[in-house]
Amino acid sequence: MNYNVDEKGYYGEFGGAYIPEMLYPNVEELRQQYIAVMSSPEFQEEFQSLLREYVGRPTPLYFAKRMSEKYGAKIYLKREDLCHTGAHKVNNTIGQILMAQRLGKKRIIAETGAGQHGVATATVCALMGLECIVYMGEIDIARQAPNVARMKMLGATVVPALSGSRTLKDATNEAIRDWINNPTDTHYIIGSVVGPHPYPDMVARFQSVISEEIKAQLQEKEGRSNPDFVVACVGGGSNAAGAYYHYLDQPEVGIIAVEAAGKGIHSGASAATSALGKMGIIHGSKTLLMQTDDGQITEPYSISAGLDYPGVGPMHAHLFTSGRGEFISVTDDDAMNAGLALSKLEGIIPAIESSHALAIFETRKFKKDDVVVVNLSGRGDKDLNTYIEYFKL
Amino acid sequence: MNRITERLKKNSKLLSIYFTAGYPNIDDTVTILESLQENGVDMVEIGLPFSDPLADGPTIQASGTQALKNGMTTALLFEQLKDIRKTVSIPLIIMGYFNPVLQYGVENFCKKCQEIGIDGFILPDLPLAEYQEHYQATFEKYGLINVFLITPQTSDARIRQIDNASSGFIYMVSSASVTGAQSGFGNVQTDYFARVKNMKLNNPQIVGFGISNSETFEAATTYANGAIIGSAFIKMLTKKGVEGIGEFVSSIR
Repeated sequence: MNYNVDEKGYYGEFGGAYIPEMLYPNVEELRQQYIAVMSSPEFQEEFQSLLREYVGRPTPLYFAKRMSEKYGAKIYLKREDLCHTGAHKVNNTIGQILMAQRLGKKRIIAETGAGQHGVATATVCALMGLECIVYMGEIDIARQAPNVARMKMLGATVVPALSGSRTLKDATNEAIRDWINNPTDTHYIIGSVVGPHPYPDMVARFQSVISEEIKAQLQEKEGRSNPDFVVACVGGGSNAAGAYYHYLDQPEVGIIAVEAAGKGIHSGASAATSALGKMGIIHGSKTLLMQTDDGQITEPYSISAGLDYPGVGPMHAHLFTSGRGEFISVTDDDAMNAGLALSKLEGIIPAIESSHALAIFETRKFKKDDVVVVNLSGRGDKDLNTYIEYFKL
Repeated sequence: MNRITERLKKNSKLLSIYFTAGYPNIDDTVTILESLQENGVDMVEIGLPFSDPLADGPTIQASGTQALKNGMTTALLFEQLKDIRKTVSIPLIIMGYFNPVLQYGVENFCKKCQEIGIDGFILPDLPLAEYQEHYQATFEKYGLINVFLITPQTSDARIRQIDNASSGFIYMVSSASVTGAQSGFGNVQTDYFARVKNMKLNNPQIVGFGISNSETFEAATTYANGAIIGSAFIKMLTKKGVEGIGEFVSSIR
């Protein structure tokens, strides 16, 4: 079976481009050009150079010795938390800003939930001197004040999304409406492997540097480029797509996707889309999403703003339904404890999103010589307030 | 011949009204439809509310949010409409987003619409290619027209493609915008209207987005076969309720 996108923009039965005609010229232009632009030597040279000199790549593949001893497996952490701006998100925004320049766009828009993608977008817009407008739910603006301030320092305009539940889903709706209203000069930098084709594939390709590096680094450390398992958290799923990318068609590599169970899968406050979702259409993509029987999209919940999305990217929907991926969901409590445990065992404070991936070792058992790579997608600085409140630090 | 085509043959300046089902009150649907017909409106788009209407501006979004809060569902709308053809004979179109249709089941949805006497759909996020590959056969089996949108950015080649795939009419979005975003037309619009008129398409064109009063209605229907009013009508309903319909319609045409 093929786990990558087909020529029509589908992963199995998921994907496509369910967009209003107003967006057709922009999305079609991107679809026709993205592969050619990305594979040109001139683009690759600038992209690779920025990843190296500006983002700080390659990020280390760190053997977590004490954690490995504790859980009885050979655990490696892919240190995306050490990227400039604090998470993997910048791999994609660097790629897309270069794409926007090649397409002659002068104005950049983005959506953001916790603010990490907004900061990563504002950063590359500052770098390239392009106008940047970030849509962010009014509620998220209130609870993520430091990231709002960072975006403003970087010169971006942060526009509150006042519709619906005033969180990430609504910020995405507002960004799409902005793109409809500004059809010629604007590029929309989507932050995850979601949205209409070609976004899921384009973002996955920009993030695929993660698994490309893992392969080379593991070869050096273990004498083989394939781990037994690669583990990542999934909200929309961009860090996971990058970590899985070069392993999708290697059946000996187990793919583990970790979703946010929130207060428990059936608590009514969860973001475990694979368990709770049905096929439907969100933000231009046919995928699994949380919705009512009547097809109204419902509000997810997770303590981690980055996993607080009612859908998953179509690649992940396909990995789930085809059985290629093993999907595990982790509660707020288990994730928070895993974040604290990593801090004490390895001296690394992870983002709460990444803590979800780390939490599986309490229940998911591995063999002693299994090589397990966990994508540590972001650092915990942005989450300090949540950690402080939760642990009464 | 279906009701839409028939109506367009009769009337050179067709007036169509959009309203959101379940707004302002959950039980207003039939009253609004009967009142619109009584006041001489030629066609109605019944909006099926959706949680995430990404082509709509604040006015229609807010009406949809309220309608959902009021308890509107696909099944309830069908229930409200079951006897509508006893009193209303003008063309009726369901306008909404594709996900609620998908969840109801495309075939069931079409079957139900045929039973009720719905003439067609406007589903902005169901694109041409997906429609043709997966759904056209089902829509046609139940005699339902699917209406496609074009915008000032749509290329001539794509307009031709859409024209060939259409029956009933083509929905001309007046400007690059979500619903309710602008007031009045500039040169960009009139150039675009004229360009499309000169293409001599097979299907009639009806202009929507940005029609709010007699002036914009006249401007649009100078070039196109009709015009659709949505946000301005919703605003009126918010202020005056169903009693304001007569006055509103007579102020347009």
